[in-house]
Amino acid sequence: MIPNDIAITPELIEAHGLKPDEYERILALIGRTPTFTELGIFSAMWNEHCSYKSSKKWLKTLPTTGPRVILGPGENAGVVDIGDGEAVVFKMESHNHPSYIEPYQGAATGVGGILRDVFTMGARPIAAMNALRFGAPDHSRTRHLVSGVVAGVGGYGNSFGVPTVGGEVEFHARYNGNCLVNAFAAGLLRTDGIFLSKAEGVGLPVVYLGAKTGRDGVGGATMASAEFDETIEEKRPTVQVGDPFTEKCLLEACLELMKTGAVVAIQDMGAAGLTCSAVEMGAKGNLGVTLELDQVPVREERMSAYEMMLSESQERMLMVLRPDKEAEAKEIFRKWGLDFAIVGVTTDTLRFIVNHQGETVADLPIKELGDEAPEYDRPWSPSPKLETLPASRIAEPDDYAAALSTLVGNANGGSRRWVYEQYDTLVQGNTVASPGGDAGIVRVGDAGKALAFSVDVTPRYVGADPFEGGKQAVAECWRNLTAVGAEPLASTDNLNFGNPERPEIMGQLVEAIKGIGAACEALEMPIVSGNVSLYNETSGEAILPTPAIGGVGLLDDVNARASLAFANDGDIIALIGGHGTHLGQSTYQRDILGREEGAPPPVDLAAEKRRGDFVRSLIRAGRVTAVHDLSDGGLGVALAEMAIAGARGCTVEVPAPAHATLFGEDQGRYVLTIAPDRVAGVLEDALDAGLEVAEIGKVGGESLTVEDILTISVAKLDESHENWFPNYMAGA
Amino acid sequence: MPMKSAVITFPGSNRERDMMYALELTSGIAPVSVWHADTTLPDVDLVVLPGGFSYGDYLRSGAIAARAPIMDAVRDFAEKGRLVLGVCNGFQMLTETGLLPGALMRNAGLTFVCREVMLETASTANRFTDGMARGAVWRCPVAHHDGNYFADTDTIQALEDEDRVAFRYARGTNPNGSINDIAGITNKRGNVLGMMPHPENLVDPLQGGIDGRAFFESALGTVAA
Repeated sequence: MIPNDIAITPELIEAHGLKPDEYERILALIGRTPTFTELGIFSAMWNEHCSYKSSKKWLKTLPTTGPRVILGPGENAGVVDIGDGEAVVFKMESHNHPSYIEPYQGAATGVGGILRDVFTMGARPIAAMNALRFGAPDHSRTRHLVSGVVAGVGGYGNSFGVPTVGGEVEFHARYNGNCLVNAFAAGLLRTDGIFLSKAEGVGLPVVYLGAKTGRDGVGGATMASAEFDETIEEKRPTVQVGDPFTEKCLLEACLELMKTGAVVAIQDMGAAGLTCSAVEMGAKGNLGVTLELDQVPVREERMSAYEMMLSESQERMLMVLRPDKEAEAKEIFRKWGLDFAIVGVTTDTLRFIVNHQGETVADLPIKELGDEAPEYDRPWSPSPKLETLPASRIAEPDDYAAALSTLVGNANGGSRRWVYEQYDTLVQGNTVASPGGDAGIVRVGDAGKALAFSVDVTPRYVGADPFEGGKQAVAECWRNLTAVGAEPLASTDNLNFGNPERPEIMGQLVEAIKGIGAACEALEMPIVSGNVSLYNETSGEAILPTPAIGGVGLLDDVNARASLAFANDGDIIALIGGHGTHLGQSTYQRDILGREEGAPPPVDLAAEKRRGDFVRSLIRAGRVTAVHDLSDGGLGVALAEMAIAGARGCTVEVPAPAHATLFGEDQGRYVLTIAPDRVAGVLEDALDAGLEVAEIGKVGGESLTVEDILTISVAKLDESHENWFPNYMAGA
Repeated sequence: MPMKSAVITFPGSNRERDMMYALELTSGIAPVSVWHADTTLPDVDLVVLPGGFSYGDYLRSGAIAARAPIMDAVRDFAEKGRLVLGVCNGFQMLTETGLLPGALMRNAGLTFVCREVMLETASTANRFTDGMARGAVWRCPVAHHDGNYFADTDTIQALEDEDRVAFRYARGTNPNGSINDIAGITNKRGNVLGMMPHPENLVDPLQGGIDGRAFFESALGTVAA
């Protein structure tokens, strides 16, 4: 067993990811050399992953409140009122580093962690999503990562029994050395049944519940706060192993226990396990905590205090219980076959004391462990502004039909069916719209309400202009929720960036947060929870800045919703928001011309709101037959997706230059289809609302035709769209 | 008089609520919930083993559940000629208990598959599908990793000869490579049915259709047989 009296050397401090000045801070705080276990505790509490030391200053600037927000950032997940005494609880979190090292378990435990965050609050999980980013398809590791991550996401979520209703999968060479796995979960609770991590009351039992503690994941949070280099294979033991069956039992046991009134406080053991959860419960409640490690259920022999405190074994919870309910609580956990052990007590000393085998291995000030974590105002440099390229400087394709077929049928435009069919999208029986549309929709209760979910970001835009790109991520998420008829309520952010100690990377983070803040403010979609993942770099090369936004919207009447599939021959097609002009950073430029240049399309937030509110009002009044937002690939790709989904064609007319009008990615736009007898009224109302609207064509036939430009059969588009992923995964 | 039913929950079951919803929607009677550790069944006409990952399915799917305390009562119940339905993980349990022959192997594609398939009601010579139209083809979702039905040649021959293949995947939609496109089978007496697809997830227009209702109406006797 590792002894507790190992000498603390500069090498050991560095191996714990602590900088020399951070170690000085520890010495000043406790007035002596820390023990080995204490050093481990500090490293767990003060790493980037747990302390947000580089991002905190900027995260504080985000809008986090609103009329429906019950609980913003700071707890396990945000809570938002959806009326009738109900609330939705949600959060998104990354599991990037572990997934690159061990894709199946890394992704699986990412899903497990986010589900636990949601049910720790007292909510039953009702929906999951995930945003996945991988390296170039031809990179040697990519196929292995895709296959493992997708299987891991499915393996955990399917067994646990939560429907996966949406997500993103994207390939780009900038993720060759660091894949991104961002997992989102949402749950439902009654507003009078919200559970928090703040402990209350002195002398109350601190109870350990769930799975046993092993050596898996020791130091995981510290690993996730460092860059990768050629020693990456040595990090495999820091990845945890998931057990969705235990998690499912833990969910049922926790919800059952919460109903009894026994739970004073609850915190799941996620990053930095027992350390983080115990410190958080005590510090938030202004209480000390004393832990007796000899009582911790373990599954391995001779575990040291250090290992127990830093283990990231999954499916574990810490609770403070009312002593008179202890027996009842124990009975419930027995029923579900889970471990139940009293491992500590709350005190009035504000000390975090850890005892093991008759020895006090740690004795630290509990508040300072969290509150006195270093906070940095890291130097940052603004990203250089790129030139806005006029369409006239971007070449037209030789063959428009071939270009469209490529854009809907390549690595980033092809159908994600191969991925989402490995996820149970239907379990719980409430899925109204499964993956493949603009947003997933899940029914809530019997009164006709539903929630919509979407996760979005366009990293190449953020890379080209972090501020506009940050705005665009929020705007696109808001637009996708709007496009199904939902009222966007709030969002969660998962900020994936490189090494913040480099000013240009810190600049991306700062400017993206500013953009996100501006858009959340203007679109009234506050951030209620989130996660920051930094140091996504390998051998000095950073990922594209990827601030993923997960949004939740409300449908008061689930029957007043829209889908993107063309519904009826003869319906009129209208474009809201004007014809496309902007090809800089477009998928057309990237995938057809092989260049990623210029400024991304700017987002006019006021116009975005006006147009979206109008489109939503049409959907809610039942005046449209299909709706799709325009994003990657512009109008051309949107029409193709609508045609494929509806298995029927269309004929449209667009002004020149056709490459800009068909593939331009100007923001804040929607395609609608309208029954012929309602067209005049809709167009008139759009004009009255001050919106740019154009009638561009008609649904029908077996081909997608753009007059004088291209004709391609829907069957051919469908084939192109569906084939890329299975062919790629088969190694073709 | 519609049937009374019970749904057994095992640790790791995750479609027990979906099943209860479909049963109540069809029969108007709320099913009784039974815990795996119980040893007796309530006085009902139909017992359902629902979908999910009982005990995590870390051994063979359904293998541990087949040895759960409640299973002796389920066996007795079936022997008395009353109705036992197993869906997905429930089908796997029924083969593991020996109430139905054969086994559910890993899908031919080796991955979990959740999608809509077309099902043919291949037989109506049993107590579940006797109110359905023989040969009818309907939409139904599947969601499983181990749904590839297999049995030895004699068993398959017997199932076919005795008209015990209740459901087949139709129109090339077999998602798992099962032999003879088998999606569901019954025992000899026709009172035990196991099927991989999830009709309980297609009983409400909001779920995208109500094709699954005909099955429940027939099984629960809410339509004239």
